[in-house]
Amino acid sequence: MARERPVTPEVVREHGLNAQEYDLILDIMGRAPNLLELGIFSVMWSEHCSYKSSKKWLKTLPTTGPQVIKGPGENAGVVDIGEGLAAIFKMESHNHPSFIEPYQGAATGVGGILRDVFTMGARPVANLNALRFGAPEHSKTRHLVAGVVAGIGGYGNCVGVPTVGGEVNFDASYNGNILVNAMTVGIAPADRIFYSAAAGVGKPVVYVGSKTGRDGIHGATMASAEFGEDSAEKRPTVQVGDPFTEKLLIEACLELMATDAIVAIQDMGAAGLTSSSFEMASKGGSGVELELDKVPCREDGMTPYEMMLSESQERMLMVLQPDKQDLARGIFEKWDLDFAIIGRLTDSGRMVLKMHGEVVGDLPIDPLAEASPEYDRPWLPTPTQDDDDPAGFTPSVRPAEALKRLMATPDLCSKRWVWEQYDHMVMADTVARPGGDAAVVRIHGSNRGLAMASDCTPRYCKADPERGGAQAVAESWRNLTAVGARPLAITDNMNFGNPERPEIMGQFVGCIAGMKAACEALDYPVVSGNVSLYNETNGQAILPTPVIGGVGLIDDLDRIAGAALPGPDETIVLIGDTRGHLGASVYLRDVEGSAEGAPPPVDLAAERRNGDFVRTQIQGRRVSACHDLSDGGLAVALAEMALTGDCGADISEGTAAAGNLPPSAWLFGEDQARYLVTTGDAKALLAAADKAGVPARAIGKTGGDCLILAAGEAISLVELRAGHEGWLPGYMSR
Amino acid sequence: MKAAVIVFPGSNCDRDVQVALRQSMGSEPLMVWHKDSDFEKVDLIVLPGGFSYGDYLRCGAMAANSPVMKEVVARARKGVAVLGICNGFQVLTETGLLPGVLMRNADLRFVCRDVRVKVETSQSLFTAKYEQGQAIRIPVAHHDGNYFVDDDTLSAMEDRGQVALRYCDAAGEITAEANPNGSLRNIAGVYNETKTVLGLMPHPERLADPRMGGSDGRALFDGLVEALR
Repeated sequence: MARERPVTPEVVREHGLNAQEYDLILDIMGRAPNLLELGIFSVMWSEHCSYKSSKKWLKTLPTTGPQVIKGPGENAGVVDIGEGLAAIFKMESHNHPSFIEPYQGAATGVGGILRDVFTMGARPVANLNALRFGAPEHSKTRHLVAGVVAGIGGYGNCVGVPTVGGEVNFDASYNGNILVNAMTVGIAPADRIFYSAAAGVGKPVVYVGSKTGRDGIHGATMASAEFGEDSAEKRPTVQVGDPFTEKLLIEACLELMATDAIVAIQDMGAAGLTSSSFEMASKGGSGVELELDKVPCREDGMTPYEMMLSESQERMLMVLQPDKQDLARGIFEKWDLDFAIIGRLTDSGRMVLKMHGEVVGDLPIDPLAEASPEYDRPWLPTPTQDDDDPAGFTPSVRPAEALKRLMATPDLCSKRWVWEQYDHMVMADTVARPGGDAAVVRIHGSNRGLAMASDCTPRYCKADPERGGAQAVAESWRNLTAVGARPLAITDNMNFGNPERPEIMGQFVGCIAGMKAACEALDYPVVSGNVSLYNETNGQAILPTPVIGGVGLIDDLDRIAGAALPGPDETIVLIGDTRGHLGASVYLRDVEGSAEGAPPPVDLAAERRNGDFVRTQIQGRRVSACHDLSDGGLAVALAEMALTGDCGADISEGTAAAGNLPPSAWLFGEDQARYLVTTGDAKALLAAADKAGVPARAIGKTGGDCLILAAGEAISLVELRAGHEGWLPGYMSR
Repeated sequence: MKAAVIVFPGSNCDRDVQVALRQSMGSEPLMVWHKDSDFEKVDLIVLPGGFSYGDYLRCGAMAANSPVMKEVVARARKGVAVLGICNGFQVLTETGLLPGVLMRNADLRFVCRDVRVKVETSQSLFTAKYEQGQAIRIPVAHHDGNYFVDDDTLSAMEDRGQVALRYCDAAGEITAEANPNGSLRNIAGVYNETKTVLGLMPHPERLADPRMGGSDGRALFDGLVEALR
């Protein structure tokens, strides 16, 4: 190691470790680490890998329930979906790399989350993506949108997993830090789930997949720091994806998993070979010895430091049953993938790294893993605001005009331009395509399905983190309910600014508290997740964005609902209480130009009651369409239903009966726990609601070719559609 | 009817077409790995969609030169029916079994959406169960579906009725708006001269089950089963 730099205080700083952390390293090692060892500590203790700022709070989230097979702590969460099957899913961020190099950053984000899921034995059946970009007028936004969407498509389309849903939003707070959160859902036999704990002295450690290159070195460390002016110079830390190899890796791994050859398996994600080998040995209470000269390398002369810290994609590490090595090798050779035995398990409790027979690194496993710093960072609660009284509200625009504008805003416009670039139908099981409340994917070979959606309303989280956190979980639950699914569990992707600032940490703490309350009230536990902090550029933080990825079960695909208005002469029924809450609404922000006010309160008991009622009605086939109310309230929900079904509606009767509520508050207020449904038998539905104690009222009828919001407030579907479908393609071609 | 689906590394619609064939055949098609060029005699060979060999050179170019394709080409020349869907169509043009090329979509973007295609004739193994002129709804999902062929070949193809399908609107009109990728004369699928080989960009196997929101694709498989019984 003649070329190796000595470990100076400057080198320690470059590795993102502070003085106390370095003292701890000296303590654990009993000597000064060499550069390789320092590099390993640095990635293992990075925020990205160690959750050092967030662990204390994440632990408070509910993670159990009768449906939970495996909660947080593995590559992905596992829930029971009956008939001997399990759904395995997780969401993960690839924010920093996607800002630096949008195509590859987003593509490798998809690749990474797919590996997290098939590592556990599941065939991936669906991808979703929650994307947040800067203001449309910002000079980089268009380039980032084009690159990220192409990258997600380029990867997902090639591996042949449908991209069925997600979100795309814009806000100036993301100008310097976009969010690319990718989610994969897979299905596995419930009795054949694969974990990462590796035990058994002498068992071979096997490397499969792509070769190791010099890409992505220190990606995890980059993802754990703020951006400055030099962020573009970090491009070499972004990895390059190869979806073709990933597709082969999926097939080869699933083929091997059908045998009993695998003791443990772990994908090489963030911090590559380092974190995968540590994880396996640490969880299994073993030691590990690696011969790094056996690692398949893309280029000559790679150092142990580069091999251990590379984040080259499409690689997996496995521990195999010794007598099954040849079987495994045969499968990987069939798929033309590298297969190399690079080490073995030991009982030393240490990670020993050798190169050409010489020991180049020697670290204790448990002390390193267990002593990873855990911070109780100081935090400041976000000041709460009073709820506004809508009664005195005077709008500046008439409702029909406001609706027309809202439907053509960057946040509420159709995202067709995005999802038509994703293959959302490959695997031929996509029952409900992108654009609805939740996507529905058939469980292959059955008449059952999984519903899935991603949700977050960051402006609520900014204004009141606790309400915002609860609302994100509630909306996820509502979206699954609106298609007729029984919500099972969530994965969370916590995107925040710099946790070393108390007000940012306060946002994190607040959101967690809200999420916890909602998860508990809705029996909707967290089974996996990811934290992305330091989403700041030059001190400007993103909106707090705890994205919730929800998965629900549909027992009978003949009993689901879609959002499309089914045709004329159906009665439109509004479920839930409408108080006209305009604080923090898109209407105030995008029509009235005011981002003020408290977000709507979240009444979790009402969420549960109203949602359970709606689901029962869908399953009983007593409603012909259903849509949840969220951004833009009643009017936007109705407009989306009308455009999807190409059928008009008249709710002037309901608006007239709204009493003292100003029409704008009635139409655009964002009160929670609400749904719009249509039915041919309003009397029966209202009676059932009354019996269940659920607020419900008939507000109008379907039919015609325009929306009539109130007397004299009509707008044609043609006009509405032009703006709704036109904004994004128009923006992207400017 | 006996059918084989060729599986290349990177094929990803092999299972989808397997399901559609099974539904129409009532029995299992043979799944043939690309390294197995010696597979049993079948009446229909299907080249599925996907990204064979990663499509890293040019879509379908590497697959066209694989050992199994030598065998497929030889059998096609003897009259065995061959159906190439999406990437399979690209492979067929690369082997020369079908004329023309599939270039990058005119707007340079991947496109996945339902389209309508007009069935030019019902006088083929593949379209016997459709009406001539019928506009069927099935999805496309491709980055390189922009069909092109030189003028002389095109007019010869038109004369021989080798254009199988054209992108159209709901009323069956061949319009520029209905063309998702810039294909010459809205061409979505073509036959060889004997109409025993069909290549098409849209995916009939994806809308062959009402549960998926449509079943216009099913008649293609039903028709093949009946014709090749």
